[in-house]
Amino acid sequence: MKPARKQRLILIGLMVLGAALATGFALKSFNENLMYFFSTTDVVEGKAPKDALFRLGGMVIKGSVERPNDGMMVRFKLTDFSKDVTVEYTGILPDLFREGQGIVAHGKLNEQGVFIAEEVLAKHDENYMPPEVKGSLKKQPPVAGQ
Amino acid sequence: MFLIPDPVVRFFHRMASPPHFYAFTQRLMPWLVVIFLLLTAAGLYGGLYLAPADYQQGDSYRIIYIHVPSAWMSLFIYMVMAVAGGIGLVWRIKLAEIVAISSAPVGASFTFIALVTGSLWGKPMWGTWWVWDARLTSELILLFLYLGVIGLYGAIDDKRTASRAVAILALVGVVNIPIIHYSVEWWNTLHQGPTVTKMDKPSIHVSMLIPLLLMAIAFKFYYLIAMLQRARTELLLRERNAQWVKNMISESK
Repeated sequence: MKPARKQRLILIGLMVLGAALATGFALKSFNENLMYFFSTTDVVEGKAPKDALFRLGGMVIKGSVERPNDGMMVRFKLTDFSKDVTVEYTGILPDLFREGQGIVAHGKLNEQGVFIAEEVLAKHDENYMPPEVKGSLKKQPPVAGQ
Repeated sequence: MFLIPDPVVRFFHRMASPPHFYAFTQRLMPWLVVIFLLLTAAGLYGGLYLAPADYQQGDSYRIIYIHVPSAWMSLFIYMVMAVAGGIGLVWRIKLAEIVAISSAPVGASFTFIALVTGSLWGKPMWGTWWVWDARLTSELILLFLYLGVIGLYGAIDDKRTASRAVAILALVGVVNIPIIHYSVEWWNTLHQGPTVTKMDKPSIHVSMLIPLLLMAIAFKFYYLIAMLQRARTELLLRERNAQWVKNMISESK
């Protein structure tokens, strides 16, 4: 390779490396702000903001969804498979909201540690399959140790 | 050069010659169009008709056959653009510069399609058109990078200088590509994690996966068609005073 070309190639390599490093450090320092939602463990451990709106994400625990006063208000428990948080929401839930599915709620904590949601978004997972396959997966005997 | 077989090296050397590139792509074009049409027909038939409905999302998930291939293309074309730009910078090959700038509008279009179809998909499934999570935001930045490349190229009159400036911008923007890909793993996002492009087995049933891959290949051919057409026009514009263009015009008269 001619020296001039080699020099240009090295310069370009250094430029891309520099840009990558700068971006890497910037993203690292803003890491928490880039999280779209807090987990239920963050809330239980007090890492989530008090008296301020934030987003809470987790999976709706099976059998935890109830409508206490037969109205629009719905109460359910969210989990990240380690800690649980109770959520209350008044309004229309998205179509994909169901027990065992992930959701992201926007709202704040009250004094009792219950999350009062103003908005609930459904977070679907990365699995795509026909309903029959899902049915046959359920019928399989549970794997030992689960 | 000892790592690359000789015929490949010879092919690229010949393709770097403008008259040869112009003639070769002209002969290639009908084949590309036929393959693109066949793949698209097969992919759409498979995706919209043969593939079953999803267990969670029903028929709404079928927008995946446009959304995901477009999103893949937005990243793929950016990498082609940056690498071609880099080759243009180092070796000063005119055709590499032309391939780089001809890729930008095609890539910008695919990015735009990915954002719009994602938004249309988000409303019924998530319950919102748009959220500022890491995946959506980084993809929007990709659109701005493409638009920046197009704008910068248009702002500089001397096209060789413009190509160099654009290549530097494109190369710096490459840092965004891994960020887009890994955004759903590094941070909490509303957007789902990877279904196909991961080390594990794809989390999509094979009857749904095959049409998706067909569409992905079809979109690659569409990109080749659109990019090469733009490159041929750009080449004629840049070489309008060259002897081979004059000869070609006088022959066609």
